[in-house]
Amino acid sequence: MGTKRLSRLKALGLPFVVVLGVCTLVAWAARSPVDWRQIDAASGSHPGNSGAPSQPPAEIADTVAAVDRLFEAGWKESGRTPAKPADDLQVLRRLTLSLCGTIPSLEEIRVFESNGSPDRLDQWTNRLLSDSRFADYFAERLARSFVGNEGGQFIVFRRDRFSDWLRQQLKKNTPYDEMAREMISGTGLWTDHPATNYVTAAIANGELDENKLAGRTVRAFLGQRIDCAQCHDHPFAEWKQAQFQGVASLFGQTQNSLVGIEDKSKKTYTVEDRKTLKKHVVEPAVPFHPEWLPGTGTRRERLAAWITHPDNRRFERATANRVWGLLFGKPFHTPVDDLPDPPAAAEKDLLDLLGADFRAHHCDLRRMIRVIVASRPYRLDSVDEEPIVAAKDAAPKASAHSQSTGAPQANWNKEGDKTSEENTTAPADATTIWASFPMTRLRPEQLIGAMLQARSVRTIDQNSHLFVRATRFFQEADFVKEYGDLGENELDERTGTISQALLRMNGKVAADAIKADPLNASARLSTFAGSDASCLEGCYLVALSRRPTPAERGYFLQQLASAAAKDRGQVVEDILWSLFNSPEFSWNH
Amino acid sequence: MTIRTDMGNASESLSRRDLLRAAGALGLSFLLPPLEARAANERGVRRKKSLVTIWLEGGPSQLETWDPHPGTKIGGPTKGISTSIPGVQIADTFPTLAAELSSLAVIRSLVSKEGDHERGSYFLKTGYRPDPTLRHPSLGAILVNQIPDASLVIPQHIAIGNSQWPPRGGFLGDQLDAFRVYDPGHNVPNLNAPVDSARQTRRVGNLEVVSKAFERGRHPQVEKTLHQHMIERALEMMSSDQLRAFQIEGEARKLRDAYGDTTFGRGCLVARRLVEAGIRAVEITLSGFDTHANNFNGHRENARILDPALATLLRDLRERDLLQSTVVLVIGEFGRSPAINPLDGRDHWPSGFSCLIGGGGLKSGLAIGSTDPEGREKMPHEPVEVADLFATIFKTFAVDFAHEVITPIGRPMAFSSGKPISRLFG
Repeated sequence: MGTKRLSRLKALGLPFVVVLGVCTLVAWAARSPVDWRQIDAASGSHPGNSGAPSQPPAEIADTVAAVDRLFEAGWKESGRTPAKPADDLQVLRRLTLSLCGTIPSLEEIRVFESNGSPDRLDQWTNRLLSDSRFADYFAERLARSFVGNEGGQFIVFRRDRFSDWLRQQLKKNTPYDEMAREMISGTGLWTDHPATNYVTAAIANGELDENKLAGRTVRAFLGQRIDCAQCHDHPFAEWKQAQFQGVASLFGQTQNSLVGIEDKSKKTYTVEDRKTLKKHVVEPAVPFHPEWLPGTGTRRERLAAWITHPDNRRFERATANRVWGLLFGKPFHTPVDDLPDPPAAAEKDLLDLLGADFRAHHCDLRRMIRVIVASRPYRLDSVDEEPIVAAKDAAPKASAHSQSTGAPQANWNKEGDKTSEENTTAPADATTIWASFPMTRLRPEQLIGAMLQARSVRTIDQNSHLFVRATRFFQEADFVKEYGDLGENELDERTGTISQALLRMNGKVAADAIKADPLNASARLSTFAGSDASCLEGCYLVALSRRPTPAERGYFLQQLASAAAKDRGQVVEDILWSLFNSPEFSWNH
Repeated sequence: MTIRTDMGNASESLSRRDLLRAAGALGLSFLLPPLEARAANERGVRRKKSLVTIWLEGGPSQLETWDPHPGTKIGGPTKGISTSIPGVQIADTFPTLAAELSSLAVIRSLVSKEGDHERGSYFLKTGYRPDPTLRHPSLGAILVNQIPDASLVIPQHIAIGNSQWPPRGGFLGDQLDAFRVYDPGHNVPNLNAPVDSARQTRRVGNLEVVSKAFERGRHPQVEKTLHQHMIERALEMMSSDQLRAFQIEGEARKLRDAYGDTTFGRGCLVARRLVEAGIRAVEITLSGFDTHANNFNGHRENARILDPALATLLRDLRERDLLQSTVVLVIGEFGRSPAINPLDGRDHWPSGFSCLIGGGGLKSGLAIGSTDPEGREKMPHEPVEVADLFATIFKTFAVDFAHEVITPIGRPMAFSSGKPISRLFG
């Protein structure tokens, strides 16, 4: 954009504007909170961890300790030493990615590092949780599980209103059970009572699809897939078709009218038998603990009360599993919405532990997040020092390679069999017992958030200049489409694709992000950062939130030193290109 | 498998590419190396098979395409035209195709239960109805997974055009998602490095240094991501002469005109070139069939694009002796209602809709099933399940579709639950 605009201004015969503009930019850059001298000064040392192991804040300390004990026992049992604690900056990167969908800006890194207190990560967690980027990003993530990412019928479904409503609830920290009840049983128009979009999302061809609502509700809030029981008894789990229909019937009196979503107490719910094609009335019922289902209220109110009933452990377990998944990029149990039955009270597991704490504190999502990110597994390095036990763990799935080369056509089917066998016999690898932080592919929004953030030295948030935010919005929309949206199944394990590699290497967004444009980090780093060392360090901090290793430092400093002054900008661009294209940039770790 | 880490090769291939590019630009095509000896050179039955899907997005009306009922109340103004299949008429807006139709079979009795675009597309692209607990792989992804070709560096699963729901790898993995070509015959996006080859070499060298630092202690995890592998494949592809399969400048003007100078026409020509190069599965999308209003004009306009392109594709494949090894499927997510609505449109109709299928050794020159010309009977005669259509295609490719694979959620699943349509064999 820079050169185009400059030439147009010149053509207008206003060269003095250019001079003025450049002066302003330089002045602005100089006022930037990034203190280049500080980078210079720090370049010799690696201020990794803050020293003494940090104590979690007192109010969550007991729960965090209990979580840690659980994992420590597991590691001991399987004879694995957990990975070392991750460098604080790496945890900062994880936190920013999982809570705000982007990487920390250089500005944030500087502020963070200037804080020497041992609990700086917990302080930063609180800071991010009250950042508007958290509500924006988390609302979108949660919306996926509630209404999917399909457009739906636009006239009766307004996804933007729904996300906005979720955002407001997250900002206010509304108890999660209240949010759930509002979505399941809310009435009114989808425009002024946006929670009802939860229901209108299931309208297709003008008809409310009770089956879709029943399946989605049980998946989203109880972590059970009973959808298959829609057509037949579930072949593996205990769900019966009649149980599914009973839940669907709880949505059976709901309808859409001029006043929006409402419930008609006289309406009956009928189902057509697939064989006899005869219709019969199905009465509302719940698949277990009918005593939790209150006798009064609309059918949906009763269902909402049953789902969020204080004794319904599936509710808090499902929530804990999903939040764990959003923070680690990988749920504790996969798939995120098909949990095993809750264990017996004596054998409470992680989900019960987190869930009990959640219940005891008014279903406080933020508290659950704070507990999880303060726990040991979240703070471990993704480096797994121990050699991998079995070679088959190390080998990528055969299916993952078949398009690429075709060589290892050890059939996917066999691999599938093997995997299920492994689960029971082979020792768990580090990431399955959370002895090291799992690596997960960044979502396209996270990736572009990271690229755009890396391009700018300052934090892009609500306070950013409108232009910067608009750029982010449009680039995000296109990029997400081209990179491939993950849709509802966003917590599945993913591999990279060739289109993504091409997009990152040669695409416009990537090119813009590293271009030595006066507004970009690239130019500011090559121009204003004093020494080569501080310039290189700036590049690494901006893109990877870490400092270069000695080997990297030696390699790139030589490149910078041997470059002619006029080529310096290009050398910096090329360094940033490499950082953007490294697996380290595209994967959470 | 081993992952090639010697990235130094990229610079050599780059200069080679530069040379090739120069040769192409100067019209010195005789300098271009011939395609290496591989499947691409095989012809007839010995050749590994390919699938070309012409995806008519929006739900094409069977009554305005392959199952017209002229002169009836439901038929509307659409007229029929005789074809090279004796006794079989199609809409008269397809005069060129009418002459080529005997290369294909017409199925007029497909039945589905999915009347929503997204759900219908999912069903007709994967052979399974949407299931929130599992993402099924598309037909093309399964074929690539089952019949890979190691000699190709360009992706073997390609979607041309701007499809809203492109074919995905599903539970077989994202690396089997169709590679998308939005503007066929023009530049495939992001294939050219934005910098000169000296800088590209520097970048790739840098990348190796940065990747190594990260991989220390994380080797298996990093491998699993396929990140490096995809970068290497992308680099290899960027400098590969196989990319010429995407370019149509070398094709005779007359042939290009015959396909039609439309995005879809160019897409069909590129598809033929891709098939020739040995690509396993390619889909070309023509959209605009969702004619809730102005059904007849909408279909007439699309027929003007589809008729020459499809007829030329069939002829071109046959003349190059590729039709016997290429299954051609012409289909959309559902059909359109026999009843004509007050806006002169037709609405969604998932029961009793049509498709064309042929090539790949399938029996051609016949029509299967029929619909009620009065529109009173909802179910067609001799109904064909979508799963059976898929089983038919798998059988043609000799894929053991009934064998159950274990999906990531531990549920056994066959690639298709259908039975091959016997009338299309033998």
